[in-house]
Amino acid sequence: MANVAFTPNLRRHLSVDKCTVPGGTVNELMRNLFESEPLLRGYVLDDQGDIRKHVNIFLDNTLITDLESVVCEDSELFIMQALSGG
Amino acid sequence: MKLLAGTRKGLFTLEGDGSSWEITDRQFIGDPVPMLLALPDQQQLFIVLGTGHFGTHLHRSIDNGKSFKEIGVPVYPEKPESSDDPCPWSLEMIWSLESGHDGKLWAGTIPGGLFSSTDSGESWSLNETLWDRPGRRAWFGGGYDWPGIHSICVNPVNQRELTVALSVGGIYRTTDDGATWNPCGEGLRADYVPPDLAFEVDQQDPHRIVQCPAQPDHWWMQHHNGIWKSTDNCSSWTEVTDVTPSTFGFAVACHPADGNTAWFVPAVADESRYPVDGKMVVTKTTDGGKTFQQLRKGLPQSDAYDLVYRHCLEVCDKGETLLMGSTTGNLWSSIDAGRSWQSISNHLPPILCLRLLC
Repeated sequence: MANVAFTPNLRRHLSVDKCTVPGGTVNELMRNLFESEPLLRGYVLDDQGDIRKHVNIFLDNTLITDLESVVCEDSELFIMQALSGG
Repeated sequence: MKLLAGTRKGLFTLEGDGSSWEITDRQFIGDPVPMLLALPDQQQLFIVLGTGHFGTHLHRSIDNGKSFKEIGVPVYPEKPESSDDPCPWSLEMIWSLESGHDGKLWAGTIPGGLFSSTDSGESWSLNETLWDRPGRRAWFGGGYDWPGIHSICVNPVNQRELTVALSVGGIYRTTDDGATWNPCGEGLRADYVPPDLAFEVDQQDPHRIVQCPAQPDHWWMQHHNGIWKSTDNCSSWTEVTDVTPSTFGFAVACHPADGNTAWFVPAVADESRYPVDGKMVVTKTTDGGKTFQQLRKGLPQSDAYDLVYRHCLEVCDKGETLLMGSTTGNLWSSIDAGRSWQSISNHLPPILCLRLLC
């Protein structure tokens, strides 16, 4: 279980709000998240299921790349965008 | 007439009579629209959204662009663990969109994929016979990191015949709706590979190919190394060399009724890519490439650094009205087949693609 927050920039494309999502790992949590918000998957992960190059996921203030990272009961997960573009 | 302009910062809809145009709608402002497809008889409009951070997305309108709904994007199959293919099997960009027979849609992608959809874009299937060609390993990226299909030409007479072109990877033709493919680049030459490879079909960089709708045997190509023409339905190509000020460029348009008439937008070859001497010009042939006119009237003739991308030169059904958009946000129209041009806007975002609905 974790509290999940999103970069406000995602709201330009999707209607997503802060929420609490069950899951023991980031992967499980994402699966549950995408079940309720199917379109979100394509914005966070690429078509092969990898985290997009320009999306940063912070778990308890640590930038993670491993989707199997363990989520604690009161974890905070931030889905942010990397500082890139033009 | 209606003009749809996909730009680096959104989709612009313009309406006009050819010489006078007005921007009547702005949508997806802030996001790149690298490709779009309009099917006005079905009131359908497909918009590729290349959000930099959040990947490529596809939106469909069924009310001629009044409202949009996000639909599926092409998904590559998982790369086998045993594969030593250096190319990522993952969608980077949708570079071309066309409609085929019975409502089928075709999408050309980077890296090097051709996808089709039979449910109006809800789901897509990779054309595996083209993807699995052993020659694909020889394809490589030009301006982008990986090769991509930018031209999909559906034969107007037989819609099961499809011709696609890649930068960099050559030209391929199917006559059975994608079941089998054959290269068709005889006569092309690549100067950017060792001489022994210069005539290999998989090494060719056609920047853009176009087929004459009324004379489907007539084709024109803006290639990385110049201009080529085919009069045998793409089977063989003949280089056209005597074109001032340059044979380098990206865009080409063919007259809808006359296969001997075509327009090009030349630039300095090949890394520099700006109008020769900073003077914007369109070149035009009406005799199959024997001679070319330089058309400059109304175009800036000093300090112009516009590049016209491959999908940014459009011609209407009768061949009189042309629209041209540049990387500098210039948008021009001509109502006299290119003899003179009028500025529509000087300050749009960089223009990535145009579709003219006559």
